[in-house]
Amino acid sequence: MSEQEAPIGPALDFGRDYFALLGQPREFRIDLEALSRAYRALQADLHPDRFAQASEQQRRLAVQGSSHVNEAYATLRDDTRRARYLLSLRGVEVDDDRATASDTAFLMDQMELRETLEAVPEAADPFAALDRVTADIEARHHALIEAFEAAWAAGDLAQAREQVLKLRFFNRLRDELERIRERLEDDLP
Amino acid sequence: MALLQISEPGLSPDPHQRRLAVGIDLGTTNSLVATVRNGVAETLPDEAGLHLLPSVVHYGAEARVLVGHEARRLAALDPLNTLSSVKRLMGRGVGDLKTLAGHVPYDFAPGEGGVPRIRTQAGEVTPVEVSAEILTALRRRAEATLDGDLDGAVITVPAYFDDAQRQATKDAARLAGLNVYRLLNEPTAAAIAYGLDQGHQGLIAVFDLGGGTFDISILRLHKGIFEVLATGGDSALGGDDFDRAIAAWMMQEAGIEGDAGHRRMRQLILDACAVKEALTDRDEAQLRVARSDSEYWTGCMTCHQMNCLIDPLISKALSACRRALRDAGVSRDEITDVVMVGGSTRVPRVRERVGEFFGREPRVDIDPDKVVAVGAALQADILAGNKPGDEMLLLDVIPLSLGIETMGGLVEHLVPRNTTIPVARAQEFTTFKDGQTAMVLHVVQGERDLVDHNRSLARFTLSGIPPMVAGAARVRVTYQVDADGLLNVTAREMVSGVQAGIEVKPSYGLTDGEIESMLTDSRSHAAEDMQARRLREQQVEADRVLEALESALAADGHLLNQGELEGIREAGRRLLEARQGGDHEAIRRAIAEMERAGEAFVARRMNESVRKAMSGHRVEEFE
Repeated sequence: MSEQEAPIGPALDFGRDYFALLGQPREFRIDLEALSRAYRALQADLHPDRFAQASEQQRRLAVQGSSHVNEAYATLRDDTRRARYLLSLRGVEVDDDRATASDTAFLMDQMELRETLEAVPEAADPFAALDRVTADIEARHHALIEAFEAAWAAGDLAQAREQVLKLRFFNRLRDELERIRERLEDDLP
Repeated sequence: MALLQISEPGLSPDPHQRRLAVGIDLGTTNSLVATVRNGVAETLPDEAGLHLLPSVVHYGAEARVLVGHEARRLAALDPLNTLSSVKRLMGRGVGDLKTLAGHVPYDFAPGEGGVPRIRTQAGEVTPVEVSAEILTALRRRAEATLDGDLDGAVITVPAYFDDAQRQATKDAARLAGLNVYRLLNEPTAAAIAYGLDQGHQGLIAVFDLGGGTFDISILRLHKGIFEVLATGGDSALGGDDFDRAIAAWMMQEAGIEGDAGHRRMRQLILDACAVKEALTDRDEAQLRVARSDSEYWTGCMTCHQMNCLIDPLISKALSACRRALRDAGVSRDEITDVVMVGGSTRVPRVRERVGEFFGREPRVDIDPDKVVAVGAALQADILAGNKPGDEMLLLDVIPLSLGIETMGGLVEHLVPRNTTIPVARAQEFTTFKDGQTAMVLHVVQGERDLVDHNRSLARFTLSGIPPMVAGAARVRVTYQVDADGLLNVTAREMVSGVQAGIEVKPSYGLTDGEIESMLTDSRSHAAEDMQARRLREQQVEADRVLEALESALAADGHLLNQGELEGIREAGRRLLEARQGGDHEAIRRAIAEMERAGEAFVARRMNESVRKAMSGHRVEEFE
């Protein structure tokens, strides 16, 4: 009987890549507004709440389908994740545990940034110090994104991969920034 | 033929046949049930016309259980058998009680690990069972009002509830005989109540300060779709904490030292709550605190004094707001609406500071006590299939990161907080030693890097891995979180295909077997006959008398000498004893005796009132 039931939406083809699933061109630069419109439209059909009165099996499928769409959206919405995903579609994987950036100057820079970051809470005006570091990190992050875009457009996958490796460092720095901001704000009256 | 009955999603098989569906707000202090009737979502009152059901359960002798107002009246007289605020204990283990100590003055049965059990004269009960009593009372109220069996319910939980707390809530609902369509986050429910009424778009911040929990959620509303961007809060911060801070101040001012005992503490907390409420529309409140049974301290508290006491608590809530805004990637000035939920948002200082923080006047047009239940009812109506074609959809998030223990007691986060649910995430792990055939997986929830600082949800073992050299096995662990925010974990060794999986039942949750046996127990208690009705009538009368006695003693106890006071208290105790028994005749006799014992007291109070009136005061001032 179960195979007679209505299939869950037209979109539940797990084999399709995330760009196809969300109806976007397979490019780095995408229209984020269009992306979230497509996302909302898919969830409107697939979300488990649409199947509250359906069979157990349909509900399970809905959870899987909706999870898949959430994952696709979360991946494409974020610059770094989107970049990595594009590379993986071309067979280039970035292994978090082993791969590391090889650029020594870049690594030295990272150490310096980290030291500046650690000094923030001790600054005379920690919030001003934090804002300065944040602006600096965001500017560098942006430059890496542009470098990735250029490498990707030129079809230089090795260069593109190098930028993704570097972005990883910046994402960790950004997490650290958030933590410091959180701690500083928690001490506010 | 069965095939013909399969309907399109969202369409009910027979358009004329509505399913009875309710939304339930299971609160720390009060609970409510609401439903959609004639297109309008409204909370349902009890026979006395009261909408709020105090989340208080009294366990009497012979397994007599009272829920709500009747139970609350017994709180000061019989504190150890009157359980309130059990929501704070939901999904908590015995190990958590230390941090909650002082918050819940109950008599816990000793035990290592597992579910905390509270001792009452009706035996030991778990927080899940206590909550189930509250839910049962609401289910009965709804079934009586709507005249039929419920098809299902949406039950709200604080957005900040972790997996264990959600699971415990679902267990309680099952125990209460409810079909749970969905667990819904309270702030999301409130946003639905506001959003659907006004049909607007924008970014909404829901500030939900209840009795025992605080939640903040940031949502984007777009064409009927509610997308939660971030949620945060503190599952142990609420109006109760205001009361405790005020009570501590009163004790200090009145010179009451250290441990005042269960009964007096309860009374102090009630007094503190009354002061807090009085100060919502006044600048000053008079205080009268019992230092002993016969000695009182009188004083007053100003708004300013109270604000100083609660300001640090409000600051804690605002810190959580900052974090939620940051997680949502939204700045304060982008917020288009600030919605206030929960009884504690009635405190003017809370409104003032939230207004300052967001730079806009918070919205309070829907009763903050009812708004959550109303939103839940709207969602239940849709999930029941009663509104085919409705566009409304909720995209909620997981409030706390889900992780797994790795080497050295560290946590690897598989699903970060504020990830939209449902979600599935997988990660591969490998063996550590040569020939290792089993792997213990420890599932945790929380933001900290060390396992010990997070909530432990479950441990399970993947065994039967064929012996290989270290690092050769590939164990893929998958976390699947459903739309209720509940987690399922599976682990699979990819080379051999060995698999293990669990529905995450926290170590201090209930097993299915335990729930089944509780269900059987509750059914065998269900029969209510004539005898029981008479008993109920006498019990209600007894409660009324006892309540009158308490308030008379509180107001005019000083008119009695120690011996007289003892005599009246003794009669009160005997009545309470009879009240908790199962014999309606005994209760009737005890009421008569109580009235006899109090005759002289009543006369003296009357004289006193007259005397005061004669000396120029109005009588009402003393009542």
